[in-house]
Amino acid sequence: MTSARRKAYGVKGAPYAFLLPATILFALFFALPIGYAIWLSLHKVQVKGLGLGSGARSEVWAGLENYTDALTDSELLHGALRVLGYGAIVIPVMLGLALLFALMLDTDRVRLAPFTRLAIFLPYAIPGVVAALLWGFLYLPDVSPFYFVLDKLGMPQPDLLDGGPLYLALSNIAVWGGTGFNMIVIYTSLRAIPAEVYEAAKLDGATPLQIALRIKIPMVAPSLVLTFFFSIIATLQVFSEPTTLKPLTNSVSTTWSPLMKVYQDAFGKSDIHSAAATAVIIALVTLALSFGFLRTANSRTRQEEAR
Amino acid sequence: MSSLAVRKAAPAAGTTPGTAQGPPLRRRIAFVPTLTLLLGALYCLLPVAWVAIAATKSGRELFSTFTFLPGTGFAENLKDLNAYRDGVYWKWMGNSALYAGLGALLSTAVSALSGYALAIYRFRGRETVFNVLLAGVLMPPVILAIPQYLLLAKADLTDSYASVLLPLVLSPYGVYLARIYATAAVPGDVVEAGRMDGASEWRIFTRIALPMMIPGLVTVFLFQFVAVWNNFLLPYIMLSDDEKFPITLGLFTLLEQGANAPALYTLVITGALLAVIPLIALFLVIQRFWSLDLLSGAVKS
Repeated sequence: MTSARRKAYGVKGAPYAFLLPATILFALFFALPIGYAIWLSLHKVQVKGLGLGSGARSEVWAGLENYTDALTDSELLHGALRVLGYGAIVIPVMLGLALLFALMLDTDRVRLAPFTRLAIFLPYAIPGVVAALLWGFLYLPDVSPFYFVLDKLGMPQPDLLDGGPLYLALSNIAVWGGTGFNMIVIYTSLRAIPAEVYEAAKLDGATPLQIALRIKIPMVAPSLVLTFFFSIIATLQVFSEPTTLKPLTNSVSTTWSPLMKVYQDAFGKSDIHSAAATAVIIALVTLALSFGFLRTANSRTRQEEAR
Repeated sequence: MSSLAVRKAAPAAGTTPGTAQGPPLRRRIAFVPTLTLLLGALYCLLPVAWVAIAATKSGRELFSTFTFLPGTGFAENLKDLNAYRDGVYWKWMGNSALYAGLGALLSTAVSALSGYALAIYRFRGRETVFNVLLAGVLMPPVILAIPQYLLLAKADLTDSYASVLLPLVLSPYGVYLARIYATAAVPGDVVEAGRMDGASEWRIFTRIALPMMIPGLVTVFLFQFVAVWNNFLLPYIMLSDDEKFPITLGLFTLLEQGANAPALYTLVITGALLAVIPLIALFLVIQRFWSLDLLSGAVKS
């Protein structure tokens, strides 16, 4: 009797014990920093007198002051608009290419599929900083093969690292780095579709294009939703690529993306309080977008299941 | 790997050989898909091919000869890179290997424990724990990294190996994958049978469940390895002593200095080539073993 009860107790305690390391790490490196960021965002530094001597600088309650400052800061708004423009290029192009390649890999009688699949997936292994660095050099007129070709053809040579083309240059780095991973996600779920599903359509004489549009794409919709979701989050957080291009051009400011502004406020200007407020705003926007998106995606699938 | 292979549907028609009396070869190759994929591969390999060639050029050749014409300076570039600040480059590579290897190992261990617990046990607060952990995925790294830096500064831990290693040990995505994998690979009655035999919960986990979870955990390890190796923001914020830099941050500082001293560009390019080689090699080796089906499991759930 007692041993049985002890065993039951052991089973009951076990999941909590197994989850202990994750819980401690979560508390230390997620919950505590988030709490601290929120606390910082609601405070500011008050300087007494000349700000000399100990106790002259103290942190006082600021209410929502940091937030109103951040939201009325035109630089943050411009950064958000830049990232919006960047995302409007990156996400459709990257996911479009990923879906296209996945469908092509899944076609009958395609050749060299293992090689091309690996080649397209390869950029996933290359750090964003290194990717930006490689492309950055390829954008430099003195080094770039594109300029060489344009020059030979006698065509005008745009400055890829300035103005509108800068968006394309940055987007290209993200598309290059992200297409392969998304292609693999979509391709794996394409392969999970049982072959019988196509048989009937094939017997009815459906073309490969019809099969792709009417059967394959609807069936991989959940993985498209997932890749879209992760792409949005990654786009909102763009940081290392523009930061890496910065030394190569004057057109990328230190506040090009909202996250770069947060970094600049915190470490460039040592204004951790407004940096915290901006970071909290970005986090809230990310969370709102994510939940809104997941909700619509969920209700969509539920509607479809109900049908 | 086998348990995953079983769950997978029969391979799509693309991978089955043509029928016995199939059409002639010309018709058997699907030209448009093959061409599209080749163009995609070309696009993806272009920068890698460029860096491999550019690394062979001397500083003068880099800006004067045609892009894809190999140069004569590779040995010289390697020597310069080795000599740069007493071989700090190799220190960066070593640091990256340490951060990514040890970090991914710890991360996989934590993910395995948590994923197993969330998959096998029914206990109060299970879904809450899972959802709270998952919400971590959505946190922009910068909202975490700056307060992490400030808090670690209070504990006098910034600019240390631990400051880059520890914040990345808990990976919400790793826990998520490990849970899905444990659900699929560890049958409930096996755990129950272990209990009947009087094994402790810990023993069931280490001796029975863990071996079953290994293929999934390899995937978690690799994901995390790549994530840490590619991480830039956290070391950028945490570290100031360049002896502790990982390779991403090291190359970045080199590039930044190169803006004023173009002679450093050849070092950056050679360094970038050497930095991608280990990861590409790792990929070529593991793609034989690495079942990406785990991803589809993650997608379907």
